[in-house]
Amino acid sequence: MKKINFFIIALLVSLSSLSQGYQPGDNAIDFSLKNIDGKMVSLKNYTNAKGFIVIFTCNHCPYAVAYEDRIIDIDKHFKTKGYPVIAINPNDPIAYPSDSFDAMKVRAQEKGFTFPYLIDETQEIAKIYGATRTPHIFLLHKEENKLVVKYTGAIDDNYQDAAAVKDKFLENAINDLLLSKNINVKTTKAIGCSIKWKK
Amino acid sequence: MKTILLILLLFYVSQWGKSQILKEMNYKQLEPYLHNYNDTTYVINFWATWCKPCIEELPVFLKLANNLKTKKIKFIFVSLDFPKQIETSLIPFIQKQKIKEQVILLNDTNSNYWIEKVDSSWSGAIPATLIYKGKKKVFREATLTETELLTIINTLKNEKN
Repeated sequence: MKKINFFIIALLVSLSSLSQGYQPGDNAIDFSLKNIDGKMVSLKNYTNAKGFIVIFTCNHCPYAVAYEDRIIDIDKHFKTKGYPVIAINPNDPIAYPSDSFDAMKVRAQEKGFTFPYLIDETQEIAKIYGATRTPHIFLLHKEENKLVVKYTGAIDDNYQDAAAVKDKFLENAINDLLLSKNINVKTTKAIGCSIKWKK
Repeated sequence: MKTILLILLLFYVSQWGKSQILKEMNYKQLEPYLHNYNDTTYVINFWATWCKPCIEELPVFLKLANNLKTKKIKFIFVSLDFPKQIETSLIPFIQKQKIKEQVILLNDTNSNYWIEKVDSSWSGAIPATLIYKGKKKVFREATLTETELLTIINTLKNEKN
């Protein structure tokens, strides 16, 4: 009986952590997802990176589109400091044809994406990470053999106007990491398009 | 003279329609709408014209708003459309769908602050709906079906404050 209770509790705990997704301090898993160039991308292949800016994003969402230029700038700036952007589209292309693999290639070329743009066909990675919307950011830091989640949430505090941003949440977090300082704001919320899960 | 009167009348009607149905505000101005502590049940739907699942669930909300008109239930649609798209997307959509309920354009970029205030469980994805009566509230970050929405409304309606 005790064993069964333990099993149920363990199951409940694992279920609740699954539905919550990653919180700052959790260890993130690596993945192998297809990039728009047809090649598979895994974080373990980036041997020189200090960490990663994993961004769940897509083509169709106006909030995601509003951040495209900012994401390119962030990648250009922080890639050289060891934190490249890895963009992942988790949407069901049947629900949103403009989020199909072919449409991703077109959008990446139009905008001149400087980072990989991966498709999460099974939506497994988005579910494990706990992405709920696009854009949704997970800042990872390599610690020994682990990928530790350091920040989750929004890029900054103004989706409408990059010039009017007051708080650059993501950049502040990376800068703190680079200086080995404690990150002040570890998680933020932002409006975004809900990820369309496959049925 | 008749033409002038007609123009004036049209102008009046269009302005009236706009001000009655669509209001633009920041979170501080919206907040009182989320805390009307009386015997009415409030259904506050967060949506946008570009949000496909929002548009898909909207007919259910409009149908119930119409069916439950006399039952002390008030529907408010809080749009998260970009302010620059009011004239091009939001107003045409309200007119096309013949929305008679109040629509509020929430123009407040500091969403990290107010998402938490609306409900601590909200990640920020839309559609999302807050249903409350008095101090009892239910929040759903999901698309709602007619049955789900009705069940929540009825449960809250029968609550004693």
